Amino acid sequence: MAWFKRKEKGVKTPTEAKKESPDGLWYKSPKTGKIFHTRELKNNSYVCVDDGYHVRVGSQEYFEILFDNIEFEELDAHLESDDPLNFSDTKPYQKRIEASQQKTGLKDAVRAATGKINGLPVVVACMDFSFIGGSMGSVVGEKIARAIDYSLENKVPFLMISKSGGARMMEAGFSLMQMAKTSAKLALLSEAKIPYVSLMTDPTTGGVTASYAMLGDFNIAEPGALIGFAGPRIIRETIGKDLPKGFQSAEFLLEHGFLDFIVDRRDLKNRLTTLFKMLQNK
Amino acid sequence: MLLDFEKPIAELEEKLSSMKQLADENKVDVTEAVKSLEEKINSLKKETFNNLTRWQRVQLSRHADRPYTLDYIYAITNDFIELHGDRQVKDDKAMVGGFATIGKQTFMLIGQQKGRNTKQRQMRNFGMANPEGYRKALRLMKLAEKFDKPIVTFIDTPGAYPGLEAEERGQAEAIARNLKEMFTLKVPVICIVIGEGASGGALGIAIGDRVLMLENTWYSVISPENCSTILWRNWDHKEAAAEALKLTARDMLNFKLIDGIVKEPLGGAHMDPQAMYGIMKREIQKQYKELIKLTAEERISQRIEKFSAMGELK
Repeated sequence: MAWFKRKEKGVKTPTEAKKESPDGLWYKSPKTGKIFHTRELKNNSYVCVDDGYHVRVGSQEYFEILFDNIEFEELDAHLESDDPLNFSDTKPYQKRIEASQQKTGLKDAVRAATGKINGLPVVVACMDFSFIGGSMGSVVGEKIARAIDYSLENKVPFLMISKSGGARMMEAGFSLMQMAKTSAKLALLSEAKIPYVSLMTDPTTGGVTASYAMLGDFNIAEPGALIGFAGPRIIRETIGKDLPKGFQSAEFLLEHGFLDFIVDRRDLKNRLTTLFKMLQNK
Repeated sequence: MLLDFEKPIAELEEKLSSMKQLADENKVDVTEAVKSLEEKINSLKKETFNNLTRWQRVQLSRHADRPYTLDYIYAITNDFIELHGDRQVKDDKAMVGGFATIGKQTFMLIGQQKGRNTKQRQMRNFGMANPEGYRKALRLMKLAEKFDKPIVTFIDTPGAYPGLEAEERGQAEAIARNLKEMFTLKVPVICIVIGEGASGGALGIAIGDRVLMLENTWYSVISPENCSTILWRNWDHKEAAAEALKLTARDMLNFKLIDGIVKEPLGGAHMDPQAMYGIMKREIQKQYKELIKLTAEERISQRIEKFSAMGELK
């Protein structure tokens, strides 16, 4: 005999009265389909516990992972994009920026900050893919340039975390020249013998890869990250063939000699600390 | 090969030559008629070429008869020694370079090279260099620096080659390295866009003390066709894309993203190549004369400052 008996048949609770689990509480890994609680994910540097999948995250998450006690000072946070070309496609560029700003709460596709990593002062610039595909326009170029200037003035190592679809088309020639600008600053950083680590995360392509992302004293990447110059679709169309498995992955680049090492996000902070300490050792 | 807007002019020119021939055969005096027709042609040319749309300039920049890098080099020098290979993988035929003298000065001349016919175009890979092309260019620039010779680069590319091997051999790294290394070259560097200046593939040899564009060329982050594909999902809006990108020499100078415009003969460089070569030679000599007044340190710091100032913020 059952202990409890349903008095009425079916579920009678109206939809409005049902208790919802809030959105964004669970995360499903695209690699194995396993479900993780977001708190668990956060405590694990946004890496899925079982399968090691690195979830795409933004500047806020990286700053939290890297900086001691999550203490950092943001640099040039106020910079915003202008619309020098008066560019308009399906939507005016200015409107696109405003919509992106509202959606993401960010000013543009990169944030720079200074703080300490295990007690060592560093400058970190980190891109946000959620802001127009992490595309590089004048603001991205300028913020990175100024972050490098800060690095030069204060003689602290520079860490660049790239995550971008490439140059921002809506700023055309201006976007293109940000590749030149950032490379110019990196030439100065190089001459001053200040360490520059470039961390490439999923995805890093186009003009970003073809400028600062590939110019690190140490080029490193997260596991499985897509890294390339041309996007996979364009290459497939050009050569008219399917691309081999794992093409343009971080592992592929390591194999072809373009990365120093691949780093698990959970080890990132400690690996960087070890590296920077070795370089400071006199 | 005639472009649409060149056709009315070509028709009048044909009329003129048949009129002259007819007059010759029949011994008729047509001086007056010839004169008026010539005037008509001239004014039509001026009207057409002074009011080109951005897309029409893009078409001119790709004109099948337009002078390419080696045409300029052979026309303005007579002792060119072409140097090959990147010393690592192979010789990239889409990127050429070598020493030659202009006047009394030895220059290192480097540029992307397109082909004239199907066979040549394939050999030159349509002017799309692979990583070894950019590495060859850098090797030659370092060679020029070692022997204290100024560098001139000719930019004419629809982009760096987006192929499988190009990715394997590090297309992005090759371009990035050139950008950084060109900033610290101790010798004068003059860069001239002579046709198409597409994105990173163009910029990879375009970091200089002087960056100039010929009148009918374009230089931007993406081609109008690809821009149209991304925004409208097809190539049909290439004219609109060209307008939106503001990619002409005039636009780029207004934005202070280049240092100057080199005038072309009326109707474009291909209408009078000899005149164009003369203009090119004088321009290179003029720019070089100004640049050697500065020390290497001054040139490098000005080069860095110039590119560092590029960008528009709110």
